[in-house]
Amino acid sequence: MSEKKRLDLEYSQLESDRMRINVGPQHPSTHGVLRLEVEIEGEIVTEVVPHLGYLHRSFEKHCEKMTYPQIIPYIDRIDYIAAMNNEWPYVMAMEKLMGIQIPEKVEFIRVIMAELNRIANHQIAVATFGLDAGAFTPFLFFFRDREYIIWILEKMSGARLLYNYFRIGGLAGDVYPGFKEDCLNIVKQVRKTNAEVMDLLIYNRIFIQRTANVGILPADVAINYACSGPVLRGSGVKYDLRKDETYSIYNRFDFDIPVGTGEVGTLGDCWDRNMVRVNEMEQSCRIIEQAIAQMPDEGDVQSAIPKRIKPPVGEVYMRAENPKGDLGFYIVSNGTDKPERVKARGTSFVNLSVIPEISKGYMFADLILILGSIDIVLGEVDR
Amino acid sequence: MLANEIFEQLKAEFGEAVIEYNDKQPADSYVVVSANGLFEICHRLRDKDDFLFDYLMSLSGMDLGENVGVVYHLYSMKHKHKLVLKVAVPKSDPKVPTVETIWRTADWHEREAFDLIGVHFEGHHNLIRILCPYDWEGHPLCKDYETPEFYHGMKVSY
Repeated sequence: MSEKKRLDLEYSQLESDRMRINVGPQHPSTHGVLRLEVEIEGEIVTEVVPHLGYLHRSFEKHCEKMTYPQIIPYIDRIDYIAAMNNEWPYVMAMEKLMGIQIPEKVEFIRVIMAELNRIANHQIAVATFGLDAGAFTPFLFFFRDREYIIWILEKMSGARLLYNYFRIGGLAGDVYPGFKEDCLNIVKQVRKTNAEVMDLLIYNRIFIQRTANVGILPADVAINYACSGPVLRGSGVKYDLRKDETYSIYNRFDFDIPVGTGEVGTLGDCWDRNMVRVNEMEQSCRIIEQAIAQMPDEGDVQSAIPKRIKPPVGEVYMRAENPKGDLGFYIVSNGTDKPERVKARGTSFVNLSVIPEISKGYMFADLILILGSIDIVLGEVDR
Repeated sequence: MLANEIFEQLKAEFGEAVIEYNDKQPADSYVVVSANGLFEICHRLRDKDDFLFDYLMSLSGMDLGENVGVVYHLYSMKHKHKLVLKVAVPKSDPKVPTVETIWRTADWHEREAFDLIGVHFEGHHNLIRILCPYDWEGHPLCKDYETPEFYHGMKVSY
């Protein structure tokens, strides 16, 4: 038998030219129409240049031509995965500008709606992140559960995804009979699925090896890039507007802010960001349970809606904790029923800008994971 | 620290460059500064221990008629205070110094303000359009903007 041939390759002497390739805009892993111009050396990413604008719908220009209540349906379409959360900072900004006090029951319903939508958003985020890593089953589990949440939101607002439910000073409608039971059932179901996914995906050895120590985002870089939401908290920064800048009635509930710990890898890697989302679902469940228990049965949800929405001259910047991070609205009023300027500070827009910084030096396949771990929605990036 | 105290301290240090403090608003008060001193003021706001505005929440361009304005919303992670900073420059010469070296997040925000309003950020390393196509003409968020009829032979207005 002949001796096994040995291959002694000097890898450093191999020549490899750098290559520039396009990922997207039509590519399933870009989570929308995003084009990444990637420069690779072999399989190592050396540069990433995002090209945006494929979904630009001139939201801000449209706002200047519409009255204040007419803007709300367009806001749903900024981040179409978490439309309830989107509407909230806008109506809060208007309420602050006009000095409207809203009834207690409205606050409770808003909190429950926002937290339900937060769970639905994180389910999509974790599911598609698992899909990027090659895990298909959790995707089906999460989409099955998300459907039940969407049913509740549909019963409340009449629409599956784009709700147009919040009003300046109130809500479009009251809760339906049996709402509380539905919510509590959902909470039970979410917990059950999360426990399953913990074994199936999160602490799966293959998944950990794929995501730990990938796309490390240090805390100071994250703050300098103004990242927010799970992207920032994954780097270990305990920053959540529901606690740090308490709005609405969040100070009445007992919940924690999950942060990244570097449990299986380095602090601020893809696994940490994903884990923060999984933990946040549990915290949202806790908030929903407390809100259901405390919610008053009596009350008119439309009593504080003004007949005529004509804010005084002035300006306001309001932000709220969206599932993806801070969504801010800067509204300038000129005293008429149409705004002078509405600027939406899109969370995904800001979080995406950190991609060129954190994806250098990783494998090309990891780039898709890093993109998935940031959880962007292109509607919010391009507006 | 309250916004008026920050204004007093900035006024004492930068003098002319800090123009006015407006708190006659129903909601947010703001500080107006001149474009010449903007970069130094932002640097001080980020680095001085009393301020520590390390988080640029938002940067918006504004069409103010004769002028174009830029609005900076700042937040401090440590002190949990906020500040609104405004600068206005004439439309004929819309030059504002870039702050992307102070807050890296400003890179894309400034490109957006350039794209939609036409503010020219001096010193920006890559000031190109971000939301509109790279060869788009005009700045769509200006009040006097007229939509072009055709773009590469495709009808634009509907």
